[in-house]
Parts: sequence; structure tokens; C-alpha cells
Amino acid sequence: MAIKVEHLNHIYGQDTIFEQYALKDVSLTIGDGEFVGLIGHTGSGKSTLTQHLNGLLKASSGDILYNGTSIYSEGYSLKELRSHVGLVFQYPEHQLFEVDVFSDVCFGPKNLGLEKEEIERRAREALQLTGLDESFYKQSPFELSGGQKRRVAIAGVLAMQPEVLILDEPTAGLDPRGREEILGLVARLHEEQGMTVILVSHSMEDVARYVSRLIVMNHGEKALDGTPKEVFRHYKELEAMGLAAPQITYVVQALRERGIPIDQDITTVAEARDAILAMWKR
Amino acid sequence: MGIIKAVNLIFDYIRHDEEENKDEINHALRGVTLDIKEGSFVAILGHNGSGKSTFAKLMNGLLLPSDGTVYISNMKTDDEEHLWDVRKTAGMVFQNPDNQIIGNIVEEDVGFGPENIGTPTEEIWERVDQSLEAVGMTAYRLQSPNKLSGGQKQRVAIAGVMAMRPQCIVLDEPTAMLDPNGRREVIKTIHELNRQERITVLLITHYMEEVIDADRVVVMDDGHVVMDGAPKEIFSRVSELKQYSLDVPQVTELAYELKQAGMELPDGILSIDELADRLAAHKGLL
Amino acid sequence: MLRDITLGQYYPVDSFLHRLDPRTKLFGTLVYIISLFIADHIWAYAAAVLFLAAAIVLSRVPVKFMVRGLKAIVFLLLISVSFNLFLTPGRAIFKIGFLQMTWEGVEIAVFMAVRLIFLVMGSTILTLTTTPNQLTDGLEKSLGIFKKIGAPVHEVSMMMSIALRFIPILIEETDKIMKAQMARGADFESGNLIQKAKAMIPLLVPLFISAFRRATDLAMAMEARCYRGGEGRTKMKPLCYERRDHLTYLFYLFYVIAVLSVKIVL
Repeated sequence: MAIKVEHLNHIYGQDTIFEQYALKDVSLTIGDGEFVGLIGHTGSGKSTLTQHLNGLLKASSGDILYNGTSIYSEGYSLKELRSHVGLVFQYPEHQLFEVDVFSDVCFGPKNLGLEKEEIERRAREALQLTGLDESFYKQSPFELSGGQKRRVAIAGVLAMQPEVLILDEPTAGLDPRGREEILGLVARLHEEQGMTVILVSHSMEDVARYVSRLIVMNHGEKALDGTPKEVFRHYKELEAMGLAAPQITYVVQALRERGIPIDQDITTVAEARDAILAMWKR
Repeated sequence: MGIIKAVNLIFDYIRHDEEENKDEINHALRGVTLDIKEGSFVAILGHNGSGKSTFAKLMNGLLLPSDGTVYISNMKTDDEEHLWDVRKTAGMVFQNPDNQIIGNIVEEDVGFGPENIGTPTEEIWERVDQSLEAVGMTAYRLQSPNKLSGGQKQRVAIAGVMAMRPQCIVLDEPTAMLDPNGRREVIKTIHELNRQERITVLLITHYMEEVIDADRVVVMDDGHVVMDGAPKEIFSRVSELKQYSLDVPQVTELAYELKQAGMELPDGILSIDELADRLAAHKGLL
Repeated sequence: MLRDITLGQYYPVDSFLHRLDPRTKLFGTLVYIISLFIADHIWAYAAAVLFLAAAIVLSRVPVKFMVRGLKAIVFLLLISVSFNLFLTPGRAIFKIGFLQMTWEGVEIAVFMAVRLIFLVMGSTILTLTTTPNQLTDGLEKSLGIFKKIGAPVHEVSMMMSIALRFIPILIEETDKIMKAQMARGADFESGNLIQKAKAMIPLLVPLFISAFRRATDLAMAMEARCYRGGEGRTKMKPLCYERRDHLTYLFYLFYVIAVLSVKIVL
């Protein structure tokens, strides 16, 4: 059991008239090696929640256990926690600052106080995992394309060798090709490195294809939690939250309304195609 | 001739090295010719680096062509005498909602453009009232822009352009930094302006869902126009679109794949109901 | 949240003072501050009390908001009072070691304290009743005469107004960058001064780059909306004096006469 969140509350402006719950009684467990999508519209609390998981924000009440130990217990090193629970923020521009890609990726491990050789070994490994070869090492991170910048930002966190990787809206502002690239990279990290991954997004279609579990946040509360198929069954509730199931869910629904007996749990184009063709051939 | 006309447009970004010599030339546009009809809604699609944003900035003289000409309502954009008239005629909305709002109060920001072109005070108020109404932001007129959502900020930016009474609006990826709610909000607003105020719209984007209701879709790749037609026509060429690194809506993709597998379906299905109806009527399925 | 920070501390109600032209308020504040510095008699202070009381009543801002402004200067106040109490030569009240408190010291200390408190409260009322925009507008117009000698009055006030808009955005961005670097193990708190300064580099580089990018974007957006400097520009909210402003200026005149006559006669 990697991360356990118990009755977490986060209140802005407590005891003033501006009091506002950013998180309200959130409880969840994320197991080792899971690939979780965290969905919600802007202001739903999804980003606030992720920043609690590595101790950047402190809860107003409630507890978070990492591998069984409360991160709020006395003497617990938040700095160490942050190297285990890596968080990549939405805009790589907020993170990149060094003169070249390689030194930038070294920043994280350097902060862990490692030996120079180990730092460089980890940086090389992280860059390789994100698919950036040596021709990028000496380039300025500011002159890369949007997708490449994001890879460097991810490498910068991977170099700390985290057990859990959290990505906040990693595809925002990218074109379809860039989006595909980054999501593919994240899926590969999960499969090949066995990393626990939490993908924060507001795009259902992006996330549905990759994750095995979806957690939907709404108004600071956990609204839905289950496999993508389970969650998309509640497509009407999702709409009320300002979210939408993938378009295919609606296609399936429209077909069922017209008397075509297609499985209502279908969520991808490939599944829908196969199901329809199976019926047709029959 | 339409309201916007680009003739054999070429634009190169030239980077200079330290000795002011030409160091690197990046051909962003390699000869684009387009004629856009007044009152139409035209979408320009393309992945990052296809030249679509450069094209947008050439439309109101923020960039001047390396070669070729842009006519806005018969005025050349590189004619210095007409520069401000061109900018009044072709308003522009940018990608980042924060970086284009100048005023500290919504209504003051909307009034910024009219102030610049010397509109009398009374008329500024009239224009601000109308523009805010047109984008549905009247209720927020006294707020600070910092307290608005991304979609609301973009609507304020659109109102700011509308207050200049333009004939057309060029929107350079106005939804790229917004969440799905904000995206819907902005696209709906643009369509309303197009329909009700007869404003010509040039929408630059890489989201396919946003262009389905356009009158015309232009696809750009590597500085060229590679596809040009009605949405239905463009969306029937799924494999070609994918080759230009563009997505198609899931419903279109499904219809395309079913057709490839031998089912009888028309090209370029864009709506869920259309596909469902076609399938329900398809022989051998029920 | 950080977005809610407003510069100054505008208190949004509708009052006589809120409706006054910002130039009237700026001028009034100036008159008031100068009067505090030339006043050296109890009656002059009485006039200042009256002036302040009138402003407070007309502003309809709860007094506690003005007192809150004083918190910031408590320390300054204590220092200046104790210096004056003990370091003014004159008739001693009592003596501890080399420190002696004098009657003259008490007098000066009280005057100093009153002066400081009045000064802060006066300028607080200005910011409580005037939005930053009105302030910049008022400054631009009041300083308009300097345009004739080529001072970039319009440009400076445009810069101030843009700064006001972007400071909250940049503060929030700083917070995000800080978190992004802390997630990579950066430490902004511990260490000595040099280490702390070095730790700021990962924060400042992204912040500067972002600020420059925003500036480029904004310049382009302004150009696209036909901005070309102050020339030929009209105003959506032009400043013009109304009857209440004229009345207020009349009141200033009486006040100045009162303070000056106290100074000369008594």
C-alpha cells in the first residue's frame, strides 16, 4: 500500500468569512504499481489533493500515510518524501532554469546530496527513459519544443528515482502529436518501470485509454472512484459536474436507444468498432 | 474579393548571429493563397509549427509578409498609411488569456481599444455596454480580471476586440489554455458573434471538435495549405488528417473504420445522431 | 488565496469621499501632510483632528480598518517615542542611570506620535477610498503640466497601471514555481544568507523568463488593439471636477488659513 489518505480536509481562510473547503473529507488508497487518473474541472480540488500527497500543502485536518507512516508525524522528512513521491507540474516553464538540459535534470538528485557520479548516472538514465538522447544534453531547455520541454521536466523528477509519479495536466497546451507522445511516455514508465502513476487531467478521452482506475473530484470531494468503465456509466452525473465521458460513450448510448444491443461499457473506438462488426457479420 | 485575401504569402523568421549575419532561416509560410468571404466562419487547423499562428499575425499587420500580400477589406497590411485601419478592421484574440488583458477592471479593459483610436467618451461607454452584452459578460463588468475563469477572461478579450467594431476577428488558439468548460464557452460565444453580428471569424486551433460547425476548414502543414473545404469533406479524409498529426472526433473515426471494414456509410459523419441513425438503418445489423 | 491580494486596501462602499475626484483627494492628502509638519501648536493639531474626523465620517469606512493600518508602524512609533522621551534635554522628571526623562521630551514625544499616527491614517484614508486605477489616473492628470517639458507622464502611469494588474499574477506564479522546485527537493528556508541567495536562482530564472514572455505578449496585444502611446487617446472615464470637489477645495482653503493663522498668531 503506497499512499493512504484519511479524511483529508483543506480549508482556505479558516475562521474568516472567506472560509472555503478546497478538500472535504477525502479518503482513498492508492496501491503500489497502480495507474490512476485523477479527473475534475478547474477548482475541483484535484491539484490541491496532489500537492498534499508530497507535503507541499498541509492539510487542515486528516492524515496521509506513505508506506504506513503518517507524513505529519514528528520528525518525518518531507524533503525525503518528495523524492519518493515525484510531482511534475503543469507548465515545464515553471521548473526549467539551468543553462542546459543535462544540468537541469541534475538539480533534483543534487538536492538529495548524492555523489557527483551518482547524480550524473541518474540524470542520464532519466533522460534516456524520457527518450531524449545525448544530442539534447547541451541544448538550452528554453529552445526546445513544448513536448520536449515537458520531457525534460519529467526527466528532472524521474532523476530523483521516485516510487510514485504524479503528473499535473501533462498535456495541457500540446497539439495532438505532443499529447500522444507524452501520454505514451507515461504509459511506458508505468509498464516498464512498474512505477505508480497518478495522472491529473480534465480530458476523459486522453485518460480513458491508459489508466486502470479513475478518481473523479468535484467541489473538493471525491465524487466517483472506479475503473473507467464503471465511472463512465455515470456519464449523466459527470455532465452535471462539467465533465463529459468520451464521445464513444454517447455513441453507444445513442445506438442502444435505437435498439442496437451494444455493450454499454464500451469506451474506446476500437472496442466499439469490434462490437459493431461482430454484430454485423452475424 | 473577400474581406481577407492572402496572395502567395511567404514569411521567413530570420535569426541573426552575433555579427548580425543571417544565421538561420525558418520558413514559416511558403506561399499561402486564401480568399475569405465576408461573414463566414473559417477554421484553420494544423499542428504546432505548421505556420498557422504566423498566418494569424500577418492578418492585422503584427507581422509583415516577407513576400506576397495580405489585403484586409482591400487595404494592404504593409501599407503604413492603413496600418491602424487594418487593425481596427481585423481584431485579434490571442492564446494566453492573462497576457492580453490590460485593464484592472473588466469594463476598463474593454474600453482600452476605443480609447486608443480616439473614440469620444460617450461612444466608448456605448460600445463597452454592447460588447459586454454580446459576449455575456455584463454581470462581471466591475470585477477584476484576476478573479475570472480562463473562459471568462477570453470572453472579455473578445469583447475588447468587438468594442473596436471590427469586420472580422482572428482568434489565435484562443482555447489552448482552457479547460473543457471554458472551451465550450468561448466557441459558443464566437459562433453567436458570427451569426448575430455577422462578424467574419478566422479561428485558428488544433482541436477538431471546435471546427465541426465552421463554414470552411483549412488545414495547414509545413507552411502550405494542404486541405481546404467544408468540414464534412475534410473529415472524410481521416487517414490524410492523421498524416498531418491531427486527430479526428471519435465518432468520425469510428464511422471511418466501420466503412473501411466494408459497411455502407457516407463519408465525413460528424454527429453522434447521424452515425446512430445510419447504423440503425443499416441492413444486417439489427 | 494569493489572487485576492489587492494593492493598497480599497474599501468598496459608496461615500462622499469615494466619489471625490482622485486629484482632489491627492491634493487634500498633500495639504494635510504638509500641515502636520508645520503645525507646532495644540490648536493646529486640533484643526488636524477635525480634518481627519471629517474625512473618516465622510468616507463611511469603519474606523477599525484605519487603525489596522497603524499596526505596521507600531515598532517605528515605539522607537521614535522612546528616543524623544529619553534623549531630549530639559527639566528632568526622573533619572535612571544615564537615561533621564524630561518634560520637554514628553511633549515632543506626544507630538511626534500624534504626527505619525495622523500621517498614516490620512494616507490610509486615501488608499481606502481610491482604487489604484483612480490613483494612477489622478496622478497622470495632476502631473500633466510636466508633459510640456517632455516628461513621459502618460507612459509612467500606463506602466504603473499594468504593474498593478500583473503583480498578483506574478505573485501567484512565484508560488507555483516555488512549489515546482520544492518538488525537486529545493530548499528555500535553511542555510546561511549566501546559500539562501543561491537557492533563489531556480526561482528567479523561471520567473524572469515568464515575466519577459508576458511582456512580449502584452506588447503585441496592445499593438493589436491600436495602442500607440498617449497621443490622440480619449478616455473612457475622464476626470472632471464637480461641485463636491469645489466645495472640498474651499474646505482645504479654510483649513490652510486656520493652520497658518495658528502658526503666525500663537
